Amino acid sequence: MQPIEEDVLARHFSREYEWGFESDIEQEYAPKGLNEDVIEFIWTKKKEPPFMLDFRMRAYRAWRDMREPHWLNAYYDPIDYQEAYYYAAPKSISQNRPRSLEEVDPEIRRIFDRLGIPLHEQEILAGIAVDAVLDSVSVATTYKEKLAKMGIIFCPISEALENYPDLVKRYLGSVVPYNDNFFAALNSAVFSDGSFVYVPKGVKCPIELSTYFRINARNTGQFERTLIIAEEGSYVSYLEGCTAPRRSEHQLHAAVVELIALPNSYIKYSTVQNWYPGDKEGRGGVFNFVTKRGIAHENAKISWTQVETGSAITWKYPSVILKGDNSIGEFYSVAVTNNYQQADTGTKMIHIGRNTRSRIVSKGISAGKSNNTYRGLVQVLPSAENARNFSQCDSLLIGNTCGAHTFPYVEVKNPSAIVEHEATTSKIGEDILFYCNQRGIPTQEAVELIINGYCQEVLANLPLEFAVEAKKLLAISLEGSVG
Amino acid sequence: MLTIQNLHVSVEGCPILQGLNLEVKAGEVHALMGPNGAGKSTLAAVLAGKEGYEITEGEVLFEGRDISELSPEERSHAGIFLAFQYPVEIPGVSMIQFLRAALNAHRAAKQQEPLDTAELMALLREKAALLKLDPAFLSRSVNEGFSGGERKRAEIFQMAVLEPKLCILDETDSGLDIDALKIVSDAVNALRSPTRAFLLITHYYRLLQYIRPDVVHILVEGRIMRSGGPELAVELEEKGYEALLSTA
Repeated sequence: MQPIEEDVLARHFSREYEWGFESDIEQEYAPKGLNEDVIEFIWTKKKEPPFMLDFRMRAYRAWRDMREPHWLNAYYDPIDYQEAYYYAAPKSISQNRPRSLEEVDPEIRRIFDRLGIPLHEQEILAGIAVDAVLDSVSVATTYKEKLAKMGIIFCPISEALENYPDLVKRYLGSVVPYNDNFFAALNSAVFSDGSFVYVPKGVKCPIELSTYFRINARNTGQFERTLIIAEEGSYVSYLEGCTAPRRSEHQLHAAVVELIALPNSYIKYSTVQNWYPGDKEGRGGVFNFVTKRGIAHENAKISWTQVETGSAITWKYPSVILKGDNSIGEFYSVAVTNNYQQADTGTKMIHIGRNTRSRIVSKGISAGKSNNTYRGLVQVLPSAENARNFSQCDSLLIGNTCGAHTFPYVEVKNPSAIVEHEATTSKIGEDILFYCNQRGIPTQEAVELIINGYCQEVLANLPLEFAVEAKKLLAISLEGSVG
Repeated sequence: MLTIQNLHVSVEGCPILQGLNLEVKAGEVHALMGPNGAGKSTLAAVLAGKEGYEITEGEVLFEGRDISELSPEERSHAGIFLAFQYPVEIPGVSMIQFLRAALNAHRAAKQQEPLDTAELMALLREKAALLKLDPAFLSRSVNEGFSGGERKRAEIFQMAVLEPKLCILDETDSGLDIDALKIVSDAVNALRSPTRAFLLITHYYRLLQYIRPDVVHILVEGRIMRSGGPELAVELEEKGYEALLSTA
């Protein structure tokens, strides 16, 4: 196959980020920078129980003694953490949380309307409950009452701290400890909101739970914290989506997600990440430094599906600790990089229990001058009798100026384990495009078709509404990357 | 329908076609035969508009219009179809998705509304039956894991769906067992019509026993050396290229 012409490529890098609008909302900030006073300010602002001050302080002190990681296969200048604000909240919410959707500030509603996430319950897609988070503060959660009847709790984590402090205290930091890594420690110290989900024993959550994250304020980091607890024999499917305004400076997003899948439960977690990726010259864009991890007890299953199209840098390894016997971990990922985006993403599957199984399907697509790295760890501990892993890591290159890298780490300490790894690297060649063209399909449409086909196995794991959205995003992210 | 006059084509500066003349009328079936390297597949690629094939002299008229400046998809929309010698795989894209995209692109070019799913499926099932293809084949990824014979049948199936005016079959018979050859030939014969023309590129007389051509051409070193009726293919089969051309 012949490479695709460079100038043809360049001609097409045209599409602007569609979600880059800025909204003017009166914000309440914490004092600039990070110190113990700011931690206390956040804690006071949020009227949290005393154990949280302790949690935050320990995290802050651990973070203070850590160094910013730069081992990833991406370059960024050291961040000046004292130049950012660690708490920004729309004033109307910060001072008085709306009790119903009607009470939400119309300007905030407009933001979510423009994003296609209406907060009026009657307009919301049937079967999806939404928690909308703007600059670290949850502004509205829909379908709450319907879920409450089944005993399912779906609310902002700040509200959970108020109403269910014991539950939060028991599980917060249990999968991602406060001092797990630099960004997780930072998050533990300053997180202001996020979603909390609790599904009681034996309950199958009948609708998709979804959180939509939006960064709006300038010079603020977004540090949301998500905690999902699935009791024995329960099931929940959770989705998250995210966008940010187009800004020439970088914005930091350091989230932590913890999943607790108790025996026989199943947590399905899907992400469509579309943070602002920066402009064509690589200016601006979100630094997406996220720690996501779940623990699966006996016979439990955790499945991560992610479609990553945004962010200037993505540093993210959704992982599963397969603690219980017969537990299952899955990771399905599509990561697209274009222009100057850098992605270093993958997963960790830690096999501890017997007969534990994990499956990794990673599809990296690189275009422009971007770099796309898969980094994964499959670890089989001595206790993990009969552990099985299958990994498939495919890279697709578009053009001649991008890079694809694969770093699979495998550590097996039990001889009964079977670990398989397959990897391919391919290009969208002229032959396949000519074939499509000959059938009458124009090049851009052909590329979309090929990419969707390439990602089929991952997209098939997304809930239907999300899959449609994800396909559109893939098309837009790569629009014009092939001539 | 197709008029080729004094066509010279170079690939990477190397002349392949050197003064080719060909006239194909609607309703006709032409067979183009010739030894390896004669330029048969180059002609197919040039007609379909593949990049990298430079026309240095001469012209190609399709329905009276010079097509040299048209993109491959525009030629497709105009009614030119190429059944590939080596069809590519498109992993994860089902035949249904692929042909939906192709058909709707053709319809859009004619300012027609896209087909709805029921219409699309009815059409695909009908054409699959023509090629004796199991309907489950429609849900499989385009050419992925297909045997050589299945790929060739899939090409003719696509041709049946898109209903082109000019069908170019580039060595469709190679890699087909006798049963598959018969199925493909039956389908091609069923598609013959007064408004459609065929250009069969082949090495072998075998195909022409099933699809009877109106005209047979022998291409050697980028030029048509001899043309004649179906009996020319018989003669070629008996004598071989060298003997045939030295007696010419």
